Amino acid sequence: MLGLGAPYPFDLGFMQRALVASLAVGVFAPTIGTFLVQKRMSLIGDGIGHIAFAGVGAGLVAGVAPLWMALLFAVAGAIGVEWLRSRRRASGDLALALFFYSGIALGVVLVSLGGGFDAGVLTYLFGQPLTVDGGEIASILALGAAIVATVIGMRRLLFAVVTDEDWSRVAGLPVDAANFALAALTACAVVAAMRIVGILLVAAMMVLPVASGQLLARSFAGTLWWSVGIGAGSVIAGLAASRIWGLAPGGSIVLVAAGCFAVVAVLKRGSGRVPFAEEAA
Amino acid sequence: MSFAYGREPALEDVSLRIAPGEFVALVGPNGSGKSTLVKLLLGALTPGAGEVRVFGDSPAKLHERWRLGYVPQRPVLASEVPATVEEIVQTGLLSRRGWWRPLTRADREAAHHALESVGLESLAMRPLNELSGGQQQRAFIARAFASEPDLLVLDEPIAGVDAESQRRFRDALVHAATEHGAAVFLVSHELSAVAADLDRVIVLKRRVLFDGPATDLTASGVSLGVHREDLPLWLEGLR
Repeated sequence: MLGLGAPYPFDLGFMQRALVASLAVGVFAPTIGTFLVQKRMSLIGDGIGHIAFAGVGAGLVAGVAPLWMALLFAVAGAIGVEWLRSRRRASGDLALALFFYSGIALGVVLVSLGGGFDAGVLTYLFGQPLTVDGGEIASILALGAAIVATVIGMRRLLFAVVTDEDWSRVAGLPVDAANFALAALTACAVVAAMRIVGILLVAAMMVLPVASGQLLARSFAGTLWWSVGIGAGSVIAGLAASRIWGLAPGGSIVLVAAGCFAVVAVLKRGSGRVPFAEEAA
Repeated sequence: MSFAYGREPALEDVSLRIAPGEFVALVGPNGSGKSTLVKLLLGALTPGAGEVRVFGDSPAKLHERWRLGYVPQRPVLASEVPATVEEIVQTGLLSRRGWWRPLTRADREAAHHALESVGLESLAMRPLNELSGGQQQRAFIARAFASEPDLLVLDEPIAGVDAESQRRFRDALVHAATEHGAAVFLVSHELSAVAADLDRVIVLKRRVLFDGPATDLTASGVSLGVHREDLPLWLEGLR
């Protein structure tokens, strides 16, 4: 895919396919994650991942491609969480918990009906970028491109809303539309990334690069760029480590991102930046 | 206009009008209905009796929202990710410019002008969470200024800010009223910084107890630098 001249450990076709698909995740997951972290909804990706698992189960039962059923479930679940939150019918974390537990329970039941926890199901839970095929890469790239393009188009509105929702509402900005769009984009990102890092780790790629980026940058735009750079770098290093030492690639990618944060946090603590910011008055 | 929370009246027979370019202050003790009045003005609440009109429309249905600038009392600003003062102030342009449109040079100049009017142009690229409380509040005032509103509503904007920020704040409001012809509706317990510039003072305690020039209020022995704990004492004299 990258040509015969690609160096070790990316010299083989399956590694090159994994690199292309994973790099897309390394870009779009932190892109959407920067807005989620600013909105203090870092864990929503985790909750939506569990709803997506119900979609995987439904796909297995119905004989439909799990990716697209997962997308359907995840988008519907994300919009449901946002609807509950915006109507103040449940606090943000309670709304998340309601969908989180219902989703995982439905997923377990459906997967058991669909034949149980075989290797295919585990691929969605823990990720396996080394076995992605051309069709899956195309799906991931298409979803990723749609996510990045939408975020670029809506970035000023999303920034205003995630930074100061009450003021944005008074200013007449379409706050509800922005929140629903962010929820739907998050669902798309979760589903697009689940084949690479797995449902259980997908939120990590939305949050960990941003955790490092917000320490390195001094602006929101800068945080976005740093996060994408760290996300992409973590993918390359994690995949390389998985090939060299025979490690699980999804976990390796996330551990590299976590390692980046640890290094940046230690270095920035020495220079006076605090890893976990206080709320502004 | 009247409003009640359930059976508990918050505002009774309140009637007031703000003219273009007028600088009006609203004072009153805690629980007097100031915040309720601001919420009604912004369209967040609907009066139980009577009506609120902003530029001739119901505030909730006001088409040109940018004409109504708002500075909240204590913005709960998400700050996990650093955002520069300039990034925050530029969000003030979105409702007027359209959030989907790229910022033009004129937009950037408008944001810069808003920063200049509050004396923060030199801190434009600094992360907001590195600024003092007073500087942050001036950044939020600049955000409200950015769209060049025709009515500026400020809810306790200088509570606890330093003297330098209060002076800058006063200059910015006078600039908005005199240079841009904006009406200013300032809700505050502390008016000493702007006392000489006010056209009217409205004293609220569920009803309007006083509505007139600040000089008439000060002539009756009321200090506009009154501390919030002292408000009930001199309010009794207005009955």
